[in-house]
Amino acid sequence: MSDTDLQDQAIQVDTEKGNFKYPENYEFDAGLGLNEDTIKYISDVKDDPDWVREFRLNALEVFQKKPMPTKWADKDLENIDFDKIRYYLSKGQQPARSWDEVPDDVKETFERLGIPEQERKFLAGVEAQFDSEASYSRMKEDLEKDGVIFVGSSEGLAEYSEIFKPYFGKVIPTADNKFSALNSAAFSGGSFIYVPKGVKLKQPLQAYFRINAENFGQFERTLIIADEDSEITYMEGCTAPKFETTTLHSAVVELVALKNAKIQYITVQNWSSNVFNLVTKRGMADEGAEVKWIDCNIGSRLTMKYPGVVLKGKGARGEVLSIALANEGQHQDTGAKMMHLADNTTSNIISKSISIGKGRSTYRGQVHMPKHLKDCKNNTECDALLINTNSRTDTYPAITTRGQNNTVQHEASVSKVSAEQIFYMMQRGLSEGEAMSLAVNGFVNELMKAFPMEYSVELKRLIDMEMEGSVG
Amino acid sequence: MKHSLEVKNLHVSIDGQAILKDFNLTVPKGEVHALMGPNGTGKSTLAKVMAGHEDYTVESGEVLLDGVNILGQEPDEISHAGLFLAFQYPMEIPGVSIANFIRAAKQARLPEGEEINAIEYYKDLYAKMDALKMDRKFTARSLNEGFSGGEKKRCEILQMAMLDPKYCVMDETDSGLDIDALRIVSEGVNHMRSEHRAFLVITHYQRLLDYIVPDVVHVMFDGRIVHSGDKELAKELESKGYDWVKEAFATASA
Ligand SMILES: Nc1ncnc2c1ncn2[C@@H]1O[C@H](COP(=O)(O)OP(=O)(O)O)[C@@H](O)[C@H]1O
Ligand SMILES: [Mg+2]
Repeated sequence: MSDTDLQDQAIQVDTEKGNFKYPENYEFDAGLGLNEDTIKYISDVKDDPDWVREFRLNALEVFQKKPMPTKWADKDLENIDFDKIRYYLSKGQQPARSWDEVPDDVKETFERLGIPEQERKFLAGVEAQFDSEASYSRMKEDLEKDGVIFVGSSEGLAEYSEIFKPYFGKVIPTADNKFSALNSAAFSGGSFIYVPKGVKLKQPLQAYFRINAENFGQFERTLIIADEDSEITYMEGCTAPKFETTTLHSAVVELVALKNAKIQYITVQNWSSNVFNLVTKRGMADEGAEVKWIDCNIGSRLTMKYPGVVLKGKGARGEVLSIALANEGQHQDTGAKMMHLADNTTSNIISKSISIGKGRSTYRGQVHMPKHLKDCKNNTECDALLINTNSRTDTYPAITTRGQNNTVQHEASVSKVSAEQIFYMMQRGLSEGEAMSLAVNGFVNELMKAFPMEYSVELKRLIDMEMEGSVG
Repeated sequence: MKHSLEVKNLHVSIDGQAILKDFNLTVPKGEVHALMGPNGTGKSTLAKVMAGHEDYTVESGEVLLDGVNILGQEPDEISHAGLFLAFQYPMEIPGVSIANFIRAAKQARLPEGEEINAIEYYKDLYAKMDALKMDRKFTARSLNEGFSGGEKKRCEILQMAMLDPKYCVMDETDSGLDIDALRIVSEGVNHMRSEHRAFLVITHYQRLLDYIVPDVVHVMFDGRIVHSGDKELAKELESKGYDWVKEAFATASA
């Protein structure tokens, strides 16, 4: 168990569960590379309305103009070759409303990932995306009667534009960053959800994003609008097979919580180690509303993700609870943004990162409380756990506060799993992997109590597999 | 097959410095042996080497568990083979509750696919905690985190009782215990005494041996056992002090 041994043995990221693929067989393929023709091809296949076509082409221009953020971010971004990626792949069929109608290879994929089973057990609706488009989408009938809308991005913009257009691209403008621009140009799939006034979903809606193809970029787009006094929990899961080549996942997720609404957005991300995961997520909370991000990042080569909440109305609340596990060769660059724009708003950030071997974790936090505001509160806690001495962790908290009676509390800690702790646990009969897994579970335990049950079970399983795989 | 814990001609060093020098010891099943000696003489080193700690270099020798050499095995294998070490300084494992930890340790002993019976497990756990006069609320607390010295030692004995080992090595379990706790812990250990189990009780003080009465007492000095006797030896040591050992045996070990 010396440090070098730990490193040598360190984790083969792939939780084997997601590491399989089916032969490629696509009706629509935008080909390699990104230019105006690629975007027009996507618009044609999707039969986009004119305003969406323009939106995409404008975004492409923004994307091309914006430099890579390598000034502050990981230089590894330069290794993404945008010309060697395919931006749209689909089998061409509409999402099925019954698993029986889903093509066999796709159905088997989702069965292996346990999606139909979860749907039966505890979900109010599921959308299963395979590469660029949803293959399956279904919601319980009583929700339909309540007026809940749960569709893909194309359908949402085409058929419910009066609902979605006013908010689309407003929480996260195209030019927010280079990857939000890329998504705005090439987006496909994702979920558009509207929960009417006063409707409270008792069970979560879930989307599962599966990448099957090599040299591929997945750009799903999600927009959730919770009308006044409504409540919704949304879960997303993602996996991809492990390829030698680069896979790009660049999503944009916008949440809108109107007066007194509550949105909880949960991510269980389990990417293979060749995926660049560059995602922009932000919610807007009106008066008395609450937006809560629960974000768990396991796997990927580089993840850059800083979920945020714009606290726009009085008494709004925002929360980001995140867990990141950076294994050998991975960089989890995550954090949170809280923009206080009204009096009496509160935000809470709890970030736990685990670095193993040469795995690297970075926390970037931004809490903004302008001078004129009163009675705002932020609490930030970021804890890092290092498993062996070469792991690296950095924190960059940026807090701008002024004003009356505003309070900001910031705590940070770095701890290590020592060889002596591992020895102690092994003396009791645990294998090295089990011992590390237990230490990691202990580290995230308190935070996981705030997660819904199904989610903590899944997360615990992923951590165990990840840690078990880490030693011989 | 020999039913004993046997250490044969063990030479151990760390960073090139010899610590155990031709150490020999046999503890047959059914017996309790006490190992006494001044600080820094190598008692904890012996305990950790037996448990498979890899910081120490074994130059030569053997540690036989029922005749099988365990040196070179991983700590978890040695644990499964039946050796339990109650640590002098137990580690804190934040966020891992006592109940979950012991459960994981028991689970690790079961064959693939077999699950622990949770109801029986808790029944057993609570009974043993009651015997050690540990508050049941402790099960939910993080292992050893923020525990007093005495609480840590009690928790070691709880784990020992739960894991049902064949060979128990207790490294200065008495340090940090007040007189009441000492009695309770000793009762726990005495309760575990049986013809199927052996104990090596490492201690600095004779006090513990009033409660856990040993069959044999060994005196260790400078990396080896220099004198053995019955329980009266512990008392003699107590009255004469360790300086007596140094004077009497310094030449022998030089
Ligand atoms: N990990 C270690 N690194 C360096 N020296 C050690 C280490 N462990 C023990 N020693 C040394 O070995 C000798 C014996 O220590 P130890 O076995 O703890 O003695 P005891 O338990 O009898 O007090 C001491 O000189 C101690 O400093
Ligand atoms: Mg000692």
